[in-house]
Amino acid sequence: MTDKLDKASGPADTPPAGSTPHEPIRAIPVRHYGRWISAVVILALVVALGYAFSQGNVRWATVPEKLFDGSIIKGLFNTIWISVASMAVGLVLGVVFAVMRLSKNPVTSTIAWFYIWLFRGTPVYVQLLIWFNLALIFPVLNLGFYKDEMTQVMTPFLAALLGLGLNEGAYMAEIVRAGIQSVDEGQTEASHALGMTQTQTMRRVVLPQAMRVIVPPTGNEFINMLKTSSLVVAVQYYDLLRAAQDIASTSFAVMEMFFVASIWYLALTSVFSVGQYYLERYYARGALRTLPPTPWQKVKANLSRFSNRKAVA
Amino acid sequence: MTAMVKAEGVHKSYGAAHILKGIDLEVAPREVFCLIGPSGSGKSTFLRCINHLEKINGGKLYVDGDLVGYRQKGDKLYELKDSEVAAQRRDIGMVFQRFNLFPHMTAIENVMEAPVMVKGESKAVARERAIRLLDRVGLGDKGNNYPSMLSGGQQQRVAIARALAMEPKLMLFDEPTSALDPELVGDVLDVMRDLAESGMTMIVVTHEMGFAREVGDNLVFMDGGVVVESGHPREVLGNPQHDRTKAFLSKVL
Repeated sequence: MTDKLDKASGPADTPPAGSTPHEPIRAIPVRHYGRWISAVVILALVVALGYAFSQGNVRWATVPEKLFDGSIIKGLFNTIWISVASMAVGLVLGVVFAVMRLSKNPVTSTIAWFYIWLFRGTPVYVQLLIWFNLALIFPVLNLGFYKDEMTQVMTPFLAALLGLGLNEGAYMAEIVRAGIQSVDEGQTEASHALGMTQTQTMRRVVLPQAMRVIVPPTGNEFINMLKTSSLVVAVQYYDLLRAAQDIASTSFAVMEMFFVASIWYLALTSVFSVGQYYLERYYARGALRTLPPTPWQKVKANLSRFSNRKAVA
Repeated sequence: MTAMVKAEGVHKSYGAAHILKGIDLEVAPREVFCLIGPSGSGKSTFLRCINHLEKINGGKLYVDGDLVGYRQKGDKLYELKDSEVAAQRRDIGMVFQRFNLFPHMTAIENVMEAPVMVKGESKAVARERAIRLLDRVGLGDKGNNYPSMLSGGQQQRVAIARALAMEPKLMLFDEPTSALDPELVGDVLDVMRDLAESGMTMIVVTHEMGFAREVGDNLVFMDGGVVVESGHPREVLGNPQHDRTKAFLSKVL
């Protein structure tokens, strides 16, 4: 689109045959006084808020000091690890239960319905606590080939993984189901007509197309997961928030440490948002005639447009 | 010689809607068999029954001597498993009104998909055949295009190549040109004519009377879920016997 605009104002452009030469319109643009006023008001509010923070009981120098503290970095990596692992569990369970939910087999679809109902209907915080205290119901885990005290098996990591992963699976199942149902029925028919089985059709034809619908909310879920993972404090897992709280309780730098944690959470979600953009772009192939530009391509296009405009003026 | 397709009193209904009310017909090998009729007459439904995309409620349907969708032991019918139904469909190619190409695959990948997945063919062999088939339908240079970058007529020709890749013994065409701009219809009909000349058995649901007259060996006029009139296309189209046939043809010719 920008190309067209540039061409229209380009001096070297020759008009197509049959069109009459035209004088570009030179009009005075509408003045937006409201924008100026609101910008000033908001700026004043931001300054006032900044002043309040600077006067509060906060030693700002502590924030950069503790940002790369060894225990904070360890907590950060644990947060990433538990989020990625739980999301992986959630994704696998989500696809499995979505396919089960849509199955013609009444047993599998009922099981899937019950799983989604149970894990989506109870708070993830409660689920975490139930996993962590599972030894109260099953004091000993006996799988036949493996036997141990439940308190030994149910480590903070496992409790966190089961709590977050199983909860996520229920949400992902609904997202994947919506994706599968968004694929045109003609696709399934064409695939069946070629002699492909149900499983092949799902794996090769339906799911790849469903991904376009599945990926954006899944990115949202992952960003949520990065933050929800802070609840694993409840099961003694040493994540970013726990590390920050530990330092806060010994150094009395309470707000400072919460800011440190917030900075890292923001950094994680920002980095991931960029990754999500490229993932969505990948799954758009074939569905769009031209892929949307990458952020880098946008920057380049804007720069060249800027220099073009200067040249015209 | 066994008929390629044989229908004996085929009935189909969706709930209370009775779509097919006893269809009897026979399609010989190497024959081009045209089905015409007003919309809602059941011709597309019948076509979809032949490869079991729709389950019939009554009667019997045979493809190349095999019962479609069932196994007969004594006088009892057993439903086939999904995998067995899939195996039956391998030999029946189908072309849809709305093409139904896989949008996330290039033209070549569309054509390669079934031979690789269903027959377990190597990718190299499948690719070679895909290139040859795309060449045959006049799209040798479009292999790497995604369906969204192709015109309707081109997409339909890729869809024909995709069906041919399974080397079917029977091809079903469900109004293959109805979704196309008029100037694109010719290219698709040319491919179908070429296919007919090569000896493929084809059942074609169509509104292209010119194609039916020129290429068809047999023609059936359906209305209200029954076969009203059948015979050689030139006979039926040139000298219709039934009032319903006459009324329909006067509207479309």
